[in-house]
Amino acid sequence: MSEVTVVTTAPVRAVNLFGRLRALIVPLLAVFTAVLIGSLFIVLTSVFTGTGASVGENLVKGVQTAGAAFSGLLNGAFGDSSGLTRTLVKTTPLIFSGLAVAFAFKGGLFNIGAQGQLAIGSVTSAWVGFAIRVDLGNPVLSAVVHVTLALLAGMLGGALWGAIPGLLKAYTGAHEVITTIMFNFIATNLIAWLLYAGSPGEGIPPGPLNDGNGVITRTPTIYPTAQLPVIYDPPGPQALHLGLFLALIAAIVILLVLTRTTFGFELRMVGLNPTAARYSGISVKRITVLTMIIAGALAGAAGAMQTLGVNYRYEPNQSLGLGFDAITVALLGANNPIGVILSAFLFGAMDAGATRMQFNSGVQSEIIVVIQALILMFVAAEEIIRTMYRIRGAGGPAQKLSTGWGQR
Amino acid sequence: MSGDVVSAVKTNRTTMSAMALIAVILVVAFLAAGAVGPAIVVAVINASIRGTVPIALGAMSGILSERSGIVNIGIEGMMLLAAYVGFMINVGLSSGGAPTALQAEPVRLILSILGGVLIGGLTGLLHALLSIRYKVDQIISGTVINTLALGLTGYFYLAGATTQGRLPPVISNPFKQDAGLLFWIGEIVFNKGLVTYLMVLVVITVTIALFRTPWGLRTRAIGEHPRAADTLGINVHRLQYTNLFFSGCAAGLAGVFLTLEAVGIFERGMTNGRGFIALAVMIFGKWHPLGAAAGALLFGFATALQGQLQFFNIQIPHQFVGMLPYLLTVIVLAGFVGRARPPAHVGKPYEVE
Repeated sequence: MSEVTVVTTAPVRAVNLFGRLRALIVPLLAVFTAVLIGSLFIVLTSVFTGTGASVGENLVKGVQTAGAAFSGLLNGAFGDSSGLTRTLVKTTPLIFSGLAVAFAFKGGLFNIGAQGQLAIGSVTSAWVGFAIRVDLGNPVLSAVVHVTLALLAGMLGGALWGAIPGLLKAYTGAHEVITTIMFNFIATNLIAWLLYAGSPGEGIPPGPLNDGNGVITRTPTIYPTAQLPVIYDPPGPQALHLGLFLALIAAIVILLVLTRTTFGFELRMVGLNPTAARYSGISVKRITVLTMIIAGALAGAAGAMQTLGVNYRYEPNQSLGLGFDAITVALLGANNPIGVILSAFLFGAMDAGATRMQFNSGVQSEIIVVIQALILMFVAAEEIIRTMYRIRGAGGPAQKLSTGWGQR
Repeated sequence: MSGDVVSAVKTNRTTMSAMALIAVILVVAFLAAGAVGPAIVVAVINASIRGTVPIALGAMSGILSERSGIVNIGIEGMMLLAAYVGFMINVGLSSGGAPTALQAEPVRLILSILGGVLIGGLTGLLHALLSIRYKVDQIISGTVINTLALGLTGYFYLAGATTQGRLPPVISNPFKQDAGLLFWIGEIVFNKGLVTYLMVLVVITVTIALFRTPWGLRTRAIGEHPRAADTLGINVHRLQYTNLFFSGCAAGLAGVFLTLEAVGIFERGMTNGRGFIALAVMIFGKWHPLGAAAGALLFGFATALQGQLQFFNIQIPHQFVGMLPYLLTVIVLAGFVGRARPPAHVGKPYEVE
């Protein structure tokens, strides 16, 4: 490792407002182009598999389907107070998990394990939610204490699940890309065992955290004191819980930690160039482990949001895909906490509208995953967008993560 | 050159540890045969081979890419896309609409395999395009491919699409039950589909090509020191494109194995982390095809245990057995990566001056 990257400490705030708005152009065009290509897929599907009499008829039908799909998407996400609530509820865990990935990126680590960390976090928070009874006489006080405990349990579970790959990276050099993915699978199996409903026919008892219903893999419901308070309850199934504000506060705290603290400076320095960081006396191992612990805690909080604010228990698949969306959310937000809030909102809206989209147009909701992948591609390969729309300027520095497989 | 001596020693060690591993597995197999009977041992070995094929091929994909200096975490996605495309070609050609000449079994199956392999290769080229031409971080580019594959195969997924079975055995076991040991060996060596044999061929070809041909020398050169290779007149980027195509093809072969030979049906996200396990195996094998193949066998064995453990009458919750391959990957990575040395220039984009 002979290369030396110059670590610039110039504060981001020096860029003026106009410059910041310009920075939004490429991500917005990336989203636009990805949606356009997604529509093309829908149209082509209709052209090749449609039941119309002619290709022309199928083409028209395809365009109509694409139109119905995206109006359904927009309607489901923003159409009424219930849609908007759904979007905000979906945004909440994505802010946390997006921060979990972005924070690790800042420290030069690719945390693909947000999925496992948040799954563990949602189970541990459920456990504190149903196994501990908090009754302090005053209902408000009981709720504050219980919610805090359950949330901390979620963060602790996630932190533990993040700490292991962090320790492995720091002390053995095992690359976090692979270990965090493996820990996702290990978490899936561990949770499947903890919540297993049991199989009386084969003489297998239920798992330790199962609610004893005999069929479904899930925990008991949490006590009402552990539920995140509802702050807005429009007609419809979904209610907005306090989590959104916790997520926004977390984003601001992370922003301050990264930009205003010594730890944040050291973390970014390790992220930019571990070798230079080591020569300047920073313990790269310590920063690596701490980065993964905090990232894991953030992901764990994302899982706790689902348990304490939405489902009131852990159910299988309640957090499916949240951890993977988090990667795209973080990259789309340029690993900036404020950017993460915006991109989490975009992804929350897409998730919230997906069901309505599929219902209204019959388009498989997986098209959204395709669009998200394309967004990530266009954001990462800015040059494609710049060439396509003839935007001048060199663009920001490219994301750099591939630091090889060895010990840092 | 002392470097050659070092790499020769390393190669030897890798081969030897691979052989030692296989020997250990064989000894365990024979001991087990005495305890539980040959039928179960043969079943475990065959299940191990089934588990090995996609991981070994995935590891070859990783080696082809990383030896050329490009990190490839998109193997998972390449496998998934190929699994889907190979399966759908087979579905399409089995239906009545296809020309009769293409419906016949060998033609149809070979076309399905080729289609899957080709889509793998094209995805490899996409990875190359993003990471070379557009200088996208190679890990992000791989993530794009994985996500894209998950989305595309999910979007185009046809519930209930089936084909007529799986790839038939290339050669059936010629021995009868009364042939004793020969029969059991025959059960292991024969009765396998085409892709299993192709896997062995690919491992041998990659080994020879990488260490005994000019192409291999150039490939290793651009993975270690592209500037020096460039100075000597090697077109670094063109070779990277070529090798990424082959890397994708290997992953594609792993994918079609899953749908056409092992399972016979496509399911969403069916690769289940095999692409990542393959990367761990590649590191375990120190970027050497034979070492990686031996590592893949170890993981194949761990996978086989999942299905066969009940024969040994061991009471472990099946979820813990399900963790085994993933835990093993972590242990292997933690234990071996410190001592393994990746190609020096892997992960860094090379810019021609």
